[in-house]
Amino acid sequence: MAEWRRIPPRYRGWVPLLVAVPLAVTYPFYVTGLPTNIPVILTLPTVHDSVTILVFVVMAVGLNVVVGYAGLLDLGYVAFYAIGAYTAGWLASGQFQQINFHFGAVGVNSSETGIHISVWLVLLLAGVVTAIGGILIGLPTLRLRGDYLAIVTLGFGEIIPQFVRNGDDLHGFDLTHGTFGISPIDAPGFGQTLHNAVGLPVRYDNSFPPTPDRLFFWTVLGILLLTVFCSMRLRDSRLGRAWIAIREDETAAGAMGIPLMRTKTWAYAIGAFFGGIAGAYVATFNSGAFPSQFDFNISIFLLCMVILGGMGSIWGVVLAGTILAWLNVEGLANIGSWLNSNVFPSSHQIDVPKYEFGIYGIIIVLMMLFRPIGLIPERRRKREIEEGSLGPLDEPLYEMRGADEPGAGERGESERIPRG
Amino acid sequence: MNQAADPLLVADNVRKEFGGLLAVNDLDFTIPERSIVSLIGPNGAGKTTFFNMLTGLYRATSGTIVFDGVDITDKPPHAITKLGVGRTFQNIRLFPQMTALENVLVGMHSRLKGGILGSIFGLPRVRREEREAEEKARELLAFSGLKRVDDQLAESLAYGDQRRLEVARALATEPKLLLLDEPTAGMNPQETVAFLDFVAKLREERPIAILLIEHDMKVVMGASERVTVLDYGEKIAEGSPNEVQQDERVIEAYLGRTASV
Repeated sequence: MAEWRRIPPRYRGWVPLLVAVPLAVTYPFYVTGLPTNIPVILTLPTVHDSVTILVFVVMAVGLNVVVGYAGLLDLGYVAFYAIGAYTAGWLASGQFQQINFHFGAVGVNSSETGIHISVWLVLLLAGVVTAIGGILIGLPTLRLRGDYLAIVTLGFGEIIPQFVRNGDDLHGFDLTHGTFGISPIDAPGFGQTLHNAVGLPVRYDNSFPPTPDRLFFWTVLGILLLTVFCSMRLRDSRLGRAWIAIREDETAAGAMGIPLMRTKTWAYAIGAFFGGIAGAYVATFNSGAFPSQFDFNISIFLLCMVILGGMGSIWGVVLAGTILAWLNVEGLANIGSWLNSNVFPSSHQIDVPKYEFGIYGIIIVLMMLFRPIGLIPERRRKREIEEGSLGPLDEPLYEMRGADEPGAGERGESERIPRG
Repeated sequence: MNQAADPLLVADNVRKEFGGLLAVNDLDFTIPERSIVSLIGPNGAGKTTFFNMLTGLYRATSGTIVFDGVDITDKPPHAITKLGVGRTFQNIRLFPQMTALENVLVGMHSRLKGGILGSIFGLPRVRREEREAEEKARELLAFSGLKRVDDQLAESLAYGDQRRLEVARALATEPKLLLLDEPTAGMNPQETVAFLDFVAKLREERPIAILLIEHDMKVVMGASERVTVLDYGEKIAEGSPNEVQQDERVIEAYLGRTASV
């Protein structure tokens, strides 16, 4: 503790980050050396699965802007994931055979048909296209409040995947290639010139060393850090304050000069932007965009991450997202097989991953019962709890001491903290 | 003071119906520049309804409201705020999970420019603006008599302080007209007196007009230059506090008809 106190308070917030980032960056180097018989969890996730986990975390941080900051319950976030993935499919694959457009794509023969734009640019474009999608979805829906908004977003979350599933014959035009999805999709890379100059990989999917998984891992880690950074900067900006004000009291926010529709639409657009980048990244990582990826479950799953982490709390959402996504891709299977060999008798083996959503449900219920503010609560919510422990103040805060009279308004009365 | 010039706010024939209920009946109302005027009336007289029409929360069924030369009848609340109408709420509506300082900063929203990209990249212009806004917000809190509460959550403030914070937040919108909706409701007599002193100070130090809504007549009598009395959505009297106090219809509205045997 003494060491901790020597760090100036304003830098303390950076300490966990300074520990976590190097650990994460070097992860591919030491993960293979770790034992494979860790109790309960058996192993840490492989680098390949870590990419998927981190993509989910990026989306959870994006959803946190919409749900955690602005308080808009969005049950259709998967729509943004899908739009991002399909934008990558359209702009970096041979989907449109009648067109032959190349721009900065690496490792693609110039005679190949279709649109092939540099994947880096495609990630950005996917973010922008999805943000525009978010605005278009938001304009008619954000006039609704609370439950009504949730229902409409739920609808959009279903419509978009249905559309891509059936979008293979729009008056004879194949937009989405139906249930087959769009595949293959170009991989990112830096091209021959940069490879020769500074040794960057030409193209991720046939690189060695480092392996494609490692490259994809480091890249998504970069995207995540960027997402977290933007998310923090926005939270502390004029726009972030407006979002939180809307979450707290929409009517009062409007009366204080905040344009409600525009501000909420921005929350949607920025949440969608990150969802779109994540979708496009997954598409290039899997080299394909398939309608079966965009289940309603994912919207709920992401919402669970936000709630578990603590609505509005970036680090909480990152932590909860990592845990839940890991449970999803590896954790439950590992825990299940550990339980089967160590706890359950061989006559009563249980296939734990089958109970996936039941288990998430139980986690959420337990959280709501024992820690409703989330794993790492948002700064302001935490302060609310700690404030009670403020030491006595040396002078009265306010010359009038009549505040304990009855008749205080509906807010503030019940939760007021005694002072002085 | 050029009182004969156009008043700051002119409500002309404003009417509000909720279905079959007539809440405000063709009301004419003006607020001169830099004045303190009051709107009083028994509960349910239509005061808050009228108030909500001025701030864009309700749309008038008919009639027009002109503020500072601009027709605001059909404008949304945030646009009206930007034109220079600040308000408080009858039931305190602070942002409970935000600090006192943040509450005031939200009030400055329409006066700040920081955009998305500027905030993400932390442009010097945006940083400076934020710094200046914070400084100004602290001044406003001090001006409003809030000591050492800047970083406390609004919901943890004492009741009187919450009322003051609402005023500070409304002042942060840089209003030309400040609307106070029953600001002393729920206060004890001491707090009420202190609050009215604060309103007087506000009036002296800032070039703004104030509209005070009250149902308690005593409160407005000392504070205002002109009192308008509403009952059942209609203006039943208007004039100086003394005139109004002696008006038969006002007494009737508040106390009921004298028994005439």
